[in-house]
Amino acid sequence: MTVSTPPATAVRLNRLERIWKESPGALGWLTTVDHKRIGILYFFTSLFFFAAGGVEALLIRTQLIGPNQSTLDPATFNEMMSTHGTTMIFFFVVPMSLGAFGNYLLPLMIGARDMAFPRLNALSYWIYLCAGIFLYVGVFSGNAPSAGWFDYVPLASKAYSPGPGIDFYALSLLFVSVSTTAGAINAIVTIFKLRAPGMSLNRMPLFCFAFLAVSFALIFALPALSTALILLELERLLGFHFFIPAAGGDPILWQNLFWIFGHPEVYIIILPAFGIATSIIPTFVRRKMVAWPLVALAEILVAFLGFGVWAHHMFAVGLASATTIYFAAASLIIVIPSGIQLFSWITTIVTGTPRFKTPLLWIIGFIVLFIMGGLSGVMFAAIPFDQQTTDTYFVVAHFHYVIFGAAVFPLLGGMYYWFPKVTGRMYYETWGKVSFWLTFIGTNITFFPMHILGLDGMPRRNYTYGPEMGWTGLNLIETLGAYLLALGLLSVFANLAISIFKGEKAGNDPFGGDTLEWSTTSPPPAYNYAVIPKVSSPYAMWDTEDREDDARNLELGRKTLEQGHETPASTAVDADWDEVLEMPSHSAWPPIVALGMTGVFAMIILEQWFAAAIATVVLALTVAGFHLKEPEEA
Amino acid sequence: MSPLNPNSPAAHDIATLWWWMLAVAATVFLGAVAMLMIGWLRRDTPGLPFLGENEKANTALVVLFGMAIPIVILVALFIVSDLVLLNETDAPQASSTAMTVTVTGHQWFWGVRYEGKNAETANEIHIPVRTPVNLVVHTADVIHSFWVPELNRKIDTIPGQANSIELYAERPGVYRGQCAEFCGLQHAHMAFRVYAEPMPKFEAWLANIERPAREPTTAEARQGQQYFMEDGCAACHTISGTKAKGTVGPNLTHLAGRQTLAADTIPNTPGDLFRWIQNPQEIKPGAKMPGLGLGPGKFHAIVAYLTGLK
Repeated sequence: MTVSTPPATAVRLNRLERIWKESPGALGWLTTVDHKRIGILYFFTSLFFFAAGGVEALLIRTQLIGPNQSTLDPATFNEMMSTHGTTMIFFFVVPMSLGAFGNYLLPLMIGARDMAFPRLNALSYWIYLCAGIFLYVGVFSGNAPSAGWFDYVPLASKAYSPGPGIDFYALSLLFVSVSTTAGAINAIVTIFKLRAPGMSLNRMPLFCFAFLAVSFALIFALPALSTALILLELERLLGFHFFIPAAGGDPILWQNLFWIFGHPEVYIIILPAFGIATSIIPTFVRRKMVAWPLVALAEILVAFLGFGVWAHHMFAVGLASATTIYFAAASLIIVIPSGIQLFSWITTIVTGTPRFKTPLLWIIGFIVLFIMGGLSGVMFAAIPFDQQTTDTYFVVAHFHYVIFGAAVFPLLGGMYYWFPKVTGRMYYETWGKVSFWLTFIGTNITFFPMHILGLDGMPRRNYTYGPEMGWTGLNLIETLGAYLLALGLLSVFANLAISIFKGEKAGNDPFGGDTLEWSTTSPPPAYNYAVIPKVSSPYAMWDTEDREDDARNLELGRKTLEQGHETPASTAVDADWDEVLEMPSHSAWPPIVALGMTGVFAMIILEQWFAAAIATVVLALTVAGFHLKEPEEA
Repeated sequence: MSPLNPNSPAAHDIATLWWWMLAVAATVFLGAVAMLMIGWLRRDTPGLPFLGENEKANTALVVLFGMAIPIVILVALFIVSDLVLLNETDAPQASSTAMTVTVTGHQWFWGVRYEGKNAETANEIHIPVRTPVNLVVHTADVIHSFWVPELNRKIDTIPGQANSIELYAERPGVYRGQCAEFCGLQHAHMAFRVYAEPMPKFEAWLANIERPAREPTTAEARQGQQYFMEDGCAACHTISGTKAKGTVGPNLTHLAGRQTLAADTIPNTPGDLFRWIQNPQEIKPGAKMPGLGLGPGKFHAIVAYLTGLK
């Protein structure tokens, strides 16, 4: 790409390179505050948890391959299914979408040089890592949670789950929600304040709207979960009574609090996937999204309405009809914004010039699976039908179509799509397509028969079943499907892993992408953009005159901010130039604070209250260290 | 054990609702996939004839398929399922039913009591056919869910709360039910059976259940009764008319009349009963019943006693 760079330009790039340089080697990764490196750390960590959750899923499926199997004893089965759900939702999907994709791509898409709070960003990652390790210390020490991922009391109360498994669950989720909250705040401020001057909200890519909606949803949803978890731990560790009717408590309190978080969480999981779909589709069908304003509104609306539907998880609890009818109506209304997005994707594809490359294939697969999961989801708003099928395999089928099909497929498609940008190399196209078809077919063989099993009366979370129930054949098919699915996923990651080393050089923009990240080098430099890019539409990369302007600005040294570690801030709505921000550089404090926090949680689970108090003081000191003014640039 | 094999008006309505929803859902699904197929057939060629990049027409398509049509379908679904059908499947007024049966979920079996009668049993519910029965559910410990899919929707058992549901069978028969809310180690083995019988047969059954337990008739059975009372069994089980008054495990007063053991886990034959009491943890790991290690002689005697409790 360095086609006779003019000398002045080379000097400028060198200076930026020097200003934004971090420590070399492993120390660099420990102390990094670069959103791209943090995104990569998030990627590999959440991939590890994806593998852990996947192994748990395969163990579950192997136990259910035939009637009365004994691959897992009942206790281990319950631990595996509880840990599978907890891991996939809290330690894979959300960190992968927000942590990896959000971190890496948001600043690039809005033309910024980093996230708004780079150190807080690093801290989010290290807390997430420590919380994940915390949960798995429990799993590997024989103290995995076993009351399911929604952990209903009183089953999860001390009387019925005496071991520390539930404490590992509750404390690790409290722990990780600190990270997620910080990440969400960071994303909101970044999106509102760090957009390249000129990128008013109506010129912002739909991807960013989705992440904005998710971040707001997280900030309002997580407190409900944290409240529930704190009440649970007060009850379990200190003998309070919040959920025990004999002591004036109420077990339904847990269900309300959990689902006030839990249903928005579904949209938190799926909205980033919608955002990825709206990035990939325009690129591969060579046209802008149909009904752009409706889609942007729908993304926000889904996140908002998601807060009003939680009791549809509780239709069999015996709530008053007036209550259930309201929640059923709200659950039906939320179909509308989803329908708008769905038909916007389809209409865009049909009226464009589709090129069925690997990333688009994943998005097509996503659309098909999302329609399946969406249609079965609508049925749960029919209260009597919900009351028949809830807690059966019909529900298991539904939410795997939504969470695996609709949320994870775009993540996998996104991995292919942005692979050249992140690594500078191309993946293998043919193998990419093969990996898609293996995964797509495996997904359907695994999850489609679950609908039928549910309608044939098989309850979820049964560790086994008798041969007389007639559930054997479908269970066998599902388990074989799960093995095929695992093979498909392995082929995805094998393709990407080999391509890192052997793939062809990709160049800046191998697909003719629509958003700004395709205008910088692959991989992007530490400072992302040498010139703060000019933006006049949500498809900035297709505005070729603006890109030529950027090139001229670089030659002339305009809008290059090469005097310090700087990025521009702009106004929240219109993105007028506001001020130049001095950004913090690398720091060892984020991992140290995360370790301090781990100490506190470790002492709590060991019920060493005095040591926990000391650990809290130590944590406070590390937080003080975190806030020390950083030394002047050398 | 399928909701699609209904045997009551409520279960019929829900099954019909399902088939209608399936038909509409299949139409939507196939329509959407057909649109994607058009995209594939026209791959690498720009735009659709007439539509192309006509933004207004395209947006109109999105509004039509994404808003207008869904609103019509959703309103219809709401009225049919959440107003009309919900009313029809709702729990009955206790006064409108012939009798009330109270079911209590335990880890991991079901206690059954007939209100106003001195009749208790476990893991099987006998009801008169074509007679509405008011079923009230409680729990002794955690949340369970009472579910007989061929007769009605499910209802959770919530600590400190009494939920009710109607049990009605159109035809005589045996209907399997199962706990549907995850309740711990042996959630998978917490099933039961509902026997819908003609009224005379039901009344005869109930009359028998109301009687205290039969006295043992053979020497071995008398021996077994003594072991039962003295070696630990009586601490957890009730046998009415004897000193066994435990409430932790199921009521065994008329155990021999039941078809299955351990909440529909194994058949109730003398051989299976022996296997079960000798080593319950092998058949149902984690069950609250311990293997008492009394030795084969005592266990055979206890089996002789229990198999006489018709």
